[in-house]
Amino acid sequence: MSEPSPGGRFGDYGGAFVPESLIPACQELDRAFRSAWGEQAFHDQYEQILEEHAGRPTPVTDATRLSERLGVRVLLKREDLTHTGSHKINNVVGQALLARRMGKHRVIAETGAGQHGVATATACAMFGMECVVYMGEVDVERQALNVFRMKLLGAEVRPVASGSRTLKDAINEALRDWVASVESTHYCLGSVTGPHPYPWMVRELQRIVGDEAREQCRRILDGTDPDYVVACVGGGSNAAGTFAGFVDTLARLVGVEPAGGAAVGRGLPGVVHGSRSMLLQDEHGQVSESHTISAGLDYPGVGPEHAHLAAAGRATYVAAEDGEVLDALQLLAVTEGIIPALEPAHAVAWVARAAGTEDLPEGSTVLVTMSGRGDKDAQQVMDILG
Amino acid sequence: MTDDAPGALEAHLRSQRDAGRKLLVPYVTGGLGEHWLEVIEAMTAAGADAVEVGIPFSDPVMDGPTIQEASQRSLDGGATPLGILGSLEGLHVGVPLVAMTYYNLVFRTGHRRFARSLTASRVAGAIVPDVPLEELDDWSRAADDAGVETVLLAAPVTPDDRLARICERSRGFVYGVSVMGITGERQSLAESAAVMAKRLKAVTDKPVLIGFGVSTPAHAVEAAAEADGVIVASALMRRLLDGASPEDLGALVAEMRAALDAG
Repeated sequence: MSEPSPGGRFGDYGGAFVPESLIPACQELDRAFRSAWGEQAFHDQYEQILEEHAGRPTPVTDATRLSERLGVRVLLKREDLTHTGSHKINNVVGQALLARRMGKHRVIAETGAGQHGVATATACAMFGMECVVYMGEVDVERQALNVFRMKLLGAEVRPVASGSRTLKDAINEALRDWVASVESTHYCLGSVTGPHPYPWMVRELQRIVGDEAREQCRRILDGTDPDYVVACVGGGSNAAGTFAGFVDTLARLVGVEPAGGAAVGRGLPGVVHGSRSMLLQDEHGQVSESHTISAGLDYPGVGPEHAHLAAAGRATYVAAEDGEVLDALQLLAVTEGIIPALEPAHAVAWVARAAGTEDLPEGSTVLVTMSGRGDKDAQQVMDILG
Repeated sequence: MTDDAPGALEAHLRSQRDAGRKLLVPYVTGGLGEHWLEVIEAMTAAGADAVEVGIPFSDPVMDGPTIQEASQRSLDGGATPLGILGSLEGLHVGVPLVAMTYYNLVFRTGHRRFARSLTASRVAGAIVPDVPLEELDDWSRAADDAGVETVLLAAPVTPDDRLARICERSRGFVYGVSVMGITGERQSLAESAAVMAKRLKAVTDKPVLIGFGVSTPAHAVEAAAEADGVIVASALMRRLLDGASPEDLGALVAEMRAALDAG
């Protein structure tokens, strides 16, 4: 996937729709990232930290029993095996390095499922930075374990009581903090959303997932690429990072949205949180609330590059319902011994449903990104399944 | 509209300023409660030079708790952008109205349709804080064509060269943000308010109004010392949310008016 235009546009989508108070900070971040990302020393430092602290590279697992069950060959990119339990650490390490480079000692973040919050708190602990994480009250409740983890890591978690009290509102509150604190504070946004340069920068910081996976798949598949590459999409950072490794191949790219938060599938063009993208909204432009069991995908918008990939026809976006997601989580557990987070369970759910149909013909090879592990969801799933 | 010909909003504010008057622009959230139109009338009768009408958005990232609550309550009451503008059509207050909203409402409605709706309701100006200079063209083309004056915001962190460009592109007046932060009442006016006003006055002849945190008559006087006037929002909306009547709000605006006139 290529660089956006200087104003941060991917086709019709992207841009930087933020108040004047934030414009200098977005421009500073663009310059800082552009300069750092052009330096081998920065890449070396970023990769070294991910190797020594986060366990990269993560393996690709040949899911033989699941494959046998579904009639397609499933390979799993195991971001669930990283330190902190999800792909979020990749982005956060890069942004923490940038914050330090820009001389900012305070870091704020939003979190939905808590995975980005935990990753940010982890990086801040490693770098000795002050960390404040905004989290909707609904998510504080359903992801209590991650709230406690963040606190153990020395972060302050601020519950957000406004609006739908989920990820969207946590982002609002983080932006409000940033407007007041921008001179000393870096906003460590967790997805490929927000104003330029975030969608581009976060995709670049996540492309290590796709770049590793492409090489690993070629080793497993005798030098060929998988026929399909599938990842779940809320804001879309693990999908963007995964797709970045395969966009130049013949692989079909499939993003799986939650049925109750399918911004690409059911949204209209709109502008929220700093960029133009697809957005669930009413006829007047008021942002709708999303509804899904997965806190990490509970977002009415989506990263602008996904809106662009959909419009350009390079990626396809489909939806998974809560029920089939729970089934998929259990299917992966009993066939492969892997309990995925509810988010990547969406990707598995689509593969399970589509396998053997024209959408995913029998005998295909399919890479699925396991963006995170299911520990954080165990309590919630236990309550649902009884 | 050409760059040189000021629109109705700018012309009005200039003439008031040039007559030696400090400008007072109070804000009301459109659709908030049953009496919001009467609030506008009361504010005008109390000496407002223009009134800013908020068109509430579900996700107001520039706003603090008071305007958030006002917006949410208005939306919960069924307010819609075009409904609010429609209500303004019958209002005759004798001072210009300025709509304040967020970009997605403009974008979803359509740039030209939104601009025409403002004109139809005799709203002279528009403030859309999440449309910075770089993203302005789509909206400003439609606004300029419809004769709607788009007011731009300048912030304390805006560098000098950019400040000059903002003043050049801004119509009606220039909105100086007093402080790095969101809207809301504050104990004291930030020191950055005077700096902001001086920097703007140094590069533009357009009316310069200071907003964010102007909470009391004393704040208004202090902010207007360097600027041409002030915008007052949260202090008024807090009272409206707490049950104040249009007359109560008119009285507060009158106090601010008197303080500004006394200098």
